[in-house]
Amino acid sequence: MDLATFGVQLLNAIQYGMVLFLVASGLTLVFGILGVINLAHGTFYMLGAYLAYGIATSTGSFWLAMIGGVAIAFVVGLLLENVFIRRLYGRDHLAQVLLSFGLILVLDDIRQIVFGKDVHSVAAPQFLSGSIQLTDNMSYPVYRLAICVFCLFIAAAIFFVIQRTKIGMIVRAGAENREMTRALGIRFDQINRYVFAVGIALAALAGIVVSPISTVFPGMGDGMLILSFVVIVVGGIGSITGAALGALLIGLTDTFGKVFFPSVSSILIYVLMAAVLVWRPNGILGRREV
Amino acid sequence: MAFARTWLLPALLLLAAVALPFLVPTYYVQFASKVLIMGILAMALNLVVGFGGLVSMCHAAFFGLAGYVLAIATPKYDPASFWTSFPLAVGVSAFAALIIGALALRTRGVYFIMVTLAFGEMLFFLFHDTKLAGGSDGAFINYKPDVTIGGVTLLNLDKPLIFYLTVLAFTVATIALLTMLVRSPFGHALQAARDNERRARSLGFPIFRLRLTAFVISGAVAGVAGYLAAAQYGYVAPQMLGWHVSATVLVMVLIGGLRSVAGPLVGALVLLGLEEVLKSSTEYWKLIEGLVVIAIVLMLPDGMRHLLNAVFGPADDRSEEAAVGEAKHV
Repeated sequence: MDLATFGVQLLNAIQYGMVLFLVASGLTLVFGILGVINLAHGTFYMLGAYLAYGIATSTGSFWLAMIGGVAIAFVVGLLLENVFIRRLYGRDHLAQVLLSFGLILVLDDIRQIVFGKDVHSVAAPQFLSGSIQLTDNMSYPVYRLAICVFCLFIAAAIFFVIQRTKIGMIVRAGAENREMTRALGIRFDQINRYVFAVGIALAALAGIVVSPISTVFPGMGDGMLILSFVVIVVGGIGSITGAALGALLIGLTDTFGKVFFPSVSSILIYVLMAAVLVWRPNGILGRREV
Repeated sequence: MAFARTWLLPALLLLAAVALPFLVPTYYVQFASKVLIMGILAMALNLVVGFGGLVSMCHAAFFGLAGYVLAIATPKYDPASFWTSFPLAVGVSAFAALIIGALALRTRGVYFIMVTLAFGEMLFFLFHDTKLAGGSDGAFINYKPDVTIGGVTLLNLDKPLIFYLTVLAFTVATIALLTMLVRSPFGHALQAARDNERRARSLGFPIFRLRLTAFVISGAVAGVAGYLAAAQYGYVAPQMLGWHVSATVLVMVLIGGLRSVAGPLVGALVLLGLEEVLKSSTEYWKLIEGLVVIAIVLMLPDGMRHLLNAVFGPADDRSEEAAVGEAKHV
């Protein structure tokens, strides 16, 4: 493998990892702060992509699709938290799993009613649609590069909010020890609502961002849900840094696995997960007890 | 009263179940077979969920794996022998449960859910993405397994009636096996670990080994259900292993109640009956089913028993609740 090919694959791995991070960070935050496992998280990745398709084809603007899709997901997130998710606080995991499974069934059919079940594609914005010539016979699409930059920017923003702001401090404290934080007088009602909505919006954003480079199809949420679980198990739950580490590891494993071991590439990430479970059952950056 | 609860009611139900195929059209006999098969799967799952306190999301994988073993073991123009294909299918499911369980049981709570879900999906992708047994298209099983001894056909599974009665026998055997397990010292230790892991551990119970044993038995029984399902439909597809099936079976367990052996069978009947009615009346039956699932989780946390208790008064499982109460006060 020459350097150019290696570089291209590395870029692919990072771009894939960054998208995984957007989805997994929301999932891990929702679990860390709200103590709720939300299986419907992947569904919002799928809904984001369909919203991007719907808005982009009717208005012709990808940017409008991006803003509109994220806004709709955020509002739906607030609504769902208010109606359903808040009733799950403190309930056992079985109730959380099954309620979110019920949500998946409902949201899937709503998607079917609104958008149908066809496979779609979304056009990338005009000025990002070209590609960069690397060597004589190799080029790299500008849009993929733009995803890398954009996701890095979002990731930096997430890290800034979590590490440097008062809200972030509360979120970190909540993920560390919910009871203690509450005992210190922090009210979680508002925090919960916005963490959930932001998590949903991040998943939808990821779906919107990848819609021009991947096909938009009904099952895309399921695959992403499983991948983000693997990311969280590998990285350690409730930790944004863990999600970032896990996402990059999975991105690298999957991308280079397809290059070097194409026949077993689909199982490689699970082998990685199994190895992490043997080595550190609570994830690489996870604490001893959950 | 105790006699009626323990023996009379089950005997009457069994009698009704045996009589059923002689009273209704073939379509409903096949539907009843389906309910019993999913009931076996749900009861198997409940051994780890209800009695072990472990929410497993990969039981569809054990279910589908056994089905695929039958599909692969069946030659194109001949039936497979039941005596070799059945133990093989159940054995493969049990082995998969051993490997996945040994890894997943290193974790707790929500991690366990995510890990089992991920490993289950790994097996799904194994059949979906590779050319093994038809890939994403699935594979046909042209002949139902052959139950013969010395050239004499004992059971002709092609006949819906015989198939139904065979499945019924497996159902009764499953209930007997699980009841025995739950009431044995092993079952008590498993439930003790569910109620208070730290205390059970300090009493010297080998928690990991107990849970792994339960997980493997549960996976093997799920394999029995998968084998029967594949035989019934004559077809296997990767979707059989998908986590939507696992979640649906979890719903059956919740509807039937987590604290009884045969409850999930009732859950299977209720959910499959609901699906049957919804599918015939609307294209968007999943939407309604989803809303029903959400409503059950929010309003009936104890499943149908809660509903029955509300209607008829809390008649059943007094002793069980008392036992749980005692366990808490030890």
